[in-house]
Amino acid sequence: MDPIGLLIMLLTIFVLAIFVGFEIITKVPPTLHTPLMSGSNAISGITIVGAILSAHVDAGMTTKVLATLAVVFATINVVGGFLVTHRMLEMFRKKKD
Amino acid sequence: MHEFMIHEGFVNLAYLVASVLFIFGLKGLTHPRTAVRGNLLGATGMLLAAVATMLKVGLDYRLIIAGVVVGGLIGAVAALKVRMTGMPQMVALFNGFGGIASALVAGATLVPRLGRYTTSAADIQELVSVAAAALIGMVTFTGSVVAWGKLEELRLIPSKAVLFPGQQAINAVVFLASIAAGVWVVVDPSHTLPLWVLAGSAGLLGILLTIPIGGADMPVVIALLNSYSGLAAAATGFVINNNVLIIAGSLVGASGIILTSIMCKAMNRSLTNVLFGVLGPTSETATADEVYAGKIKSTTPDEVAMLFDGARRVVIVPGYGMAVAQAQHAVRDVMLQAEKLGAEVEFAIHPVAGRMPGHMNVLLAEADVPYEKLKEMDEINPTMDQVDVCLVIGANDVVNPLARTDPKSPIAGMPIIDADKARTVVVVKRSLSPGFAGIPNPLFAADNTLMLFGDGKKMMQELVTALKELQ
Repeated sequence: MDPIGLLIMLLTIFVLAIFVGFEIITKVPPTLHTPLMSGSNAISGITIVGAILSAHVDAGMTTKVLATLAVVFATINVVGGFLVTHRMLEMFRKKKD
Repeated sequence: MHEFMIHEGFVNLAYLVASVLFIFGLKGLTHPRTAVRGNLLGATGMLLAAVATMLKVGLDYRLIIAGVVVGGLIGAVAALKVRMTGMPQMVALFNGFGGIASALVAGATLVPRLGRYTTSAADIQELVSVAAAALIGMVTFTGSVVAWGKLEELRLIPSKAVLFPGQQAINAVVFLASIAAGVWVVVDPSHTLPLWVLAGSAGLLGILLTIPIGGADMPVVIALLNSYSGLAAAATGFVINNNVLIIAGSLVGASGIILTSIMCKAMNRSLTNVLFGVLGPTSETATADEVYAGKIKSTTPDEVAMLFDGARRVVIVPGYGMAVAQAQHAVRDVMLQAEKLGAEVEFAIHPVAGRMPGHMNVLLAEADVPYEKLKEMDEINPTMDQVDVCLVIGANDVVNPLARTDPKSPIAGMPIIDADKARTVVVVKRSLSPGFAGIPNPLFAADNTLMLFGDGKKMMQELVTALKELQ
């Protein structure tokens, strides 16, 4: 695909995904504001994909340092984010039983 | 070549599945019944995306595995050890880590190609995206670290709003410098200096934008940084031409913006006003002496227990003070004892009570208060005049009737919980010190208000003892 075409495709995906985001998060009960925030924050850790891809075997020293740090931070974000959200949601749930 | 293409197709298919899982996951998080499953769907999507990415050729697995192990351990320990009262700080910090990860990926993409960029459209796109990801990522990172420091109440970073003369001008200069550094990265991709300048100026910008914000405005900032961390990931998606980053990033960006706007509405202020405005007493607001002199009635836990004894409907209004005093469990015990005496107990939660969206709900859930008892402001306000006892613990501005009555007040027009309409109001507070808005609260001096001065947790525990004696 030519670069301009690719860019436009990516922009299309970007804009449509923002609309999807607005549509699915229209009415969140305030009770769930914190878990929604920490859960969505964990999803923003998707940058871990970019971090993994940048850790290339042929990379130079600087790149390897940057890439490894990126993997570390993104993993903290992902693992910590989902776990802490789960902990909170379990507290909301146990009262039902 | 053929094998490579199948491979690539498989990875992209996995990304599509991951994106769908994120959408279902976020949707699940919007309803109490489906939230746990939603979070697990999101985590599954993340695992799938990460594992599929590892299948790509030419990766340095030692580095990746080392990074994942270290990061995973830090993340897990932090998430499992954090106390519920420390949740706002934790969320702020995780936001920041997502931001800096995006900025680092931008750097790691740029560095190996320095000096080899052409003026082709593809290269320009990569460079612009690198600059955007580095800028947003660094602002998110330093902004979040400052927010964390404020919430953690580190002495290094004052938790109050830090204001100094010429602040707006300095912010504008640093903002323009960051943009200029971004342009420099794009036009001169031959060495690393522009990248470091960009990272430095964007980092400074994040600090400057967050230090003037304090106290009750923190929920807005946390929600906004949440949105930024998503946008940084989306920008990184444009760097490496990756759909799943763009989709997940923009979903989070959108959800953060919605939360930000909910928080702003709950304070009747615009985002610009929260970020750049100054909230404080004006010369036209009444002073504490005028409001309080001779009108404050102080009470004891025993007296409050008597009030509870005859009450049919009790509403508890928690605020940040409850979190500070760690009084949520004691408050739950008050609820249980009051129910034993025959009262119907509910909680009125203001959307911006606490330091992050939903802060009070998390604390009360930790203390086993059923979430059906947590009522939203709009739901409970119409019936506040039928409430026998309203117990306000650690809340101030969100129950200040001046918001309704005084158009000159800095909180004029802010929706409040109408605590003053209850038959009797009991306010648990250490002193008469003002809340975040810095103005006195006529509720404390009202005829139907009793002040229970003291530490929130201690007062609640004494109230529980007194209530038990009545049974």
